[in-house]
Amino acid sequence: MSMSSADTLKTKKRSRGAAGTGKTPGPAAGRASKARRAWDRGNEKLLDTLRSIGFLGPSVTGVAVFFIIPFLVVVWYSVIRSPIKPEFVGLENFKNVLSNATFRTAAKNTIQFSVVAVPLAVVLSLVLALMLECRIPCKSLLRTFFLSPMMVPVASVVLIWQVVFHYNGTLNEVIAAFGIEKIDWLKSSYSQVVLIILFLWKNLGYNMILFMAALNNIPKELLEVADVEGASPVHKLFNIKLRYLSPTVLFVTILSLINSFKVFREIFLLVGAYPFEDIYMLQHFMNNTFSSQDPQKMSAAAVLMAVVMVGLIALLFKVEDIFGKDVEG
Amino acid sequence: MRKPHYLARTVLTIIAACFALAFLMPTVLTITNSFMTQSEISANYGQVFTNVAGKDGKTYISDTVNLKFIPDKVSLTQYITVLIKSPDYLFKFWNSVILVIPIVLLQLAVASITAYGFTRWRGKVRNFLFFFYVILMLMPYQVTLVPNYLVSDWLGILNTRWAIIFPGMFAPFSVFLLTKSMRRIPGSLIEAAKLDGSSEWQIFKDICLPQCRSALYSIAILVFIDYWNMVEQPIILLPDAAKQPLSVYLSTINTSEVGLAFAIATIYMVPCLLLFLHGEDYLVEGIAHQGSVKG
Repeated sequence: MSMSSADTLKTKKRSRGAAGTGKTPGPAAGRASKARRAWDRGNEKLLDTLRSIGFLGPSVTGVAVFFIIPFLVVVWYSVIRSPIKPEFVGLENFKNVLSNATFRTAAKNTIQFSVVAVPLAVVLSLVLALMLECRIPCKSLLRTFFLSPMMVPVASVVLIWQVVFHYNGTLNEVIAAFGIEKIDWLKSSYSQVVLIILFLWKNLGYNMILFMAALNNIPKELLEVADVEGASPVHKLFNIKLRYLSPTVLFVTILSLINSFKVFREIFLLVGAYPFEDIYMLQHFMNNTFSSQDPQKMSAAAVLMAVVMVGLIALLFKVEDIFGKDVEG
Repeated sequence: MRKPHYLARTVLTIIAACFALAFLMPTVLTITNSFMTQSEISANYGQVFTNVAGKDGKTYISDTVNLKFIPDKVSLTQYITVLIKSPDYLFKFWNSVILVIPIVLLQLAVASITAYGFTRWRGKVRNFLFFFYVILMLMPYQVTLVPNYLVSDWLGILNTRWAIIFPGMFAPFSVFLLTKSMRRIPGSLIEAAKLDGSSEWQIFKDICLPQCRSALYSIAILVFIDYWNMVEQPIILLPDAAKQPLSVYLSTINTSEVGLAFAIATIYMVPCLLLFLHGEDYLVEGIAHQGSVKG
């Protein structure tokens, strides 16, 4: 160890000397400059790595401290009896969580909501984007209107939603005029419908922008050729546009999925921490577990969700690989 | 391109316009309602909000709810109460500001440095790291809040603003978006600067950042909106009601103050609307560039 480092030092000195007396290009100097170049290259590479660490370091440290390390601890918590008695219990905590009635209700509601809301958000925003593509007037004004819900804080419009969806609210007035019986929107099995409406209201505009951008990127020649060949609009939509849109469809799906978990905000602001059973979501379960100070249950639930999310994302990537293959490149 | 028939186009326009108006409606209603007097609010919505709190001494509650566009009498009383007489709401508003502004600034600062790192150096390890950031970005709060809670507990910052600001500062969302836009900067530009003897810091500061100006702006808007709306984090990491942002507090409004609630709700959306009106084109461009998650 010490020998080799001494050697390197010597080489460095020698190479510097050779560079300094550059006038005598002998075989020794050639060897020395070769060594120097090798040294410089190594040096440069090291410096480069150091620089990259300099740029990436702060963020990686922050992410490690606030997300990764504590998450590893969460994983550890999820397989032990308790932090005080750290005894390996295998999957027992997971079994406990999975058999917990509240967790099951919350998971069922969340899955049910996402399964309905996410595809709706993807399809409807695509329809909106295609509609705005059709050379209708005031396109940019309409775009602004559709995008506006994204900018409005949930807390601000929640008052209006309360007026609309209340048992004596506007919506019931309207359906009463058609002779339909009043529905208690927020306290019945219709509560998920309300949530889906609020979710779509908030997210369609954002998704629509993503689709509009992707539609713009489809090579125009392709569509023109299709026109010349006499392809029908339906044919163009399914065989050209949707093919090119597949990466965007994936992105919008993932984005909507993530946002579908944030619907908790609307529920919390509309009906508080203890809503009707049908809209009791996983976030409610987490909150209540936080307040009951049960790290095992909480950790197991978080790890379960992380695993499910990674699985879902991997699946979506796989699906996109299959469908998007012939378009890329 | 074959033009759609006029009839079809008209129908499409009408449908789109109806949808668009429906989308705009709640926002507009919130704003117009904030100009009503308390008695008008009670008369219109008494039915809805009395059930929330129970007793309410108002005499003239109609039994039907009346969602009104235009107030009978435009009044600023609600605003005056909110701004001058009951400063409670203003404190909450201020709570939101001092939580969100540091998060936006710090997150963008960290993210732009990191994005440069991911743009200039692309080895196997760093690509893996970037992919890891994408996965982390896609994790819902239900997953990330538990680690956040633990680490805040260890550091002793639970129930302080830092418990929200620190995780927000290192959130990978803007790293992802900024890296994508920095990678679109032509490599020749950076190479040329390097040949001229610029240091990495100079390339970052003088070339990459100015090139990403519009991306930075749009990301700032997106991050601002996201945190201005936050509900999950304060409930868990900042249970102290006095420090909670307005986004959480507005849900605990009580009956006698519904009129105030409309006013404060409007005030709360003003920063967002201003940002939106000013930066809509940047925003649209920023969203549009997100494209796909991979690469």
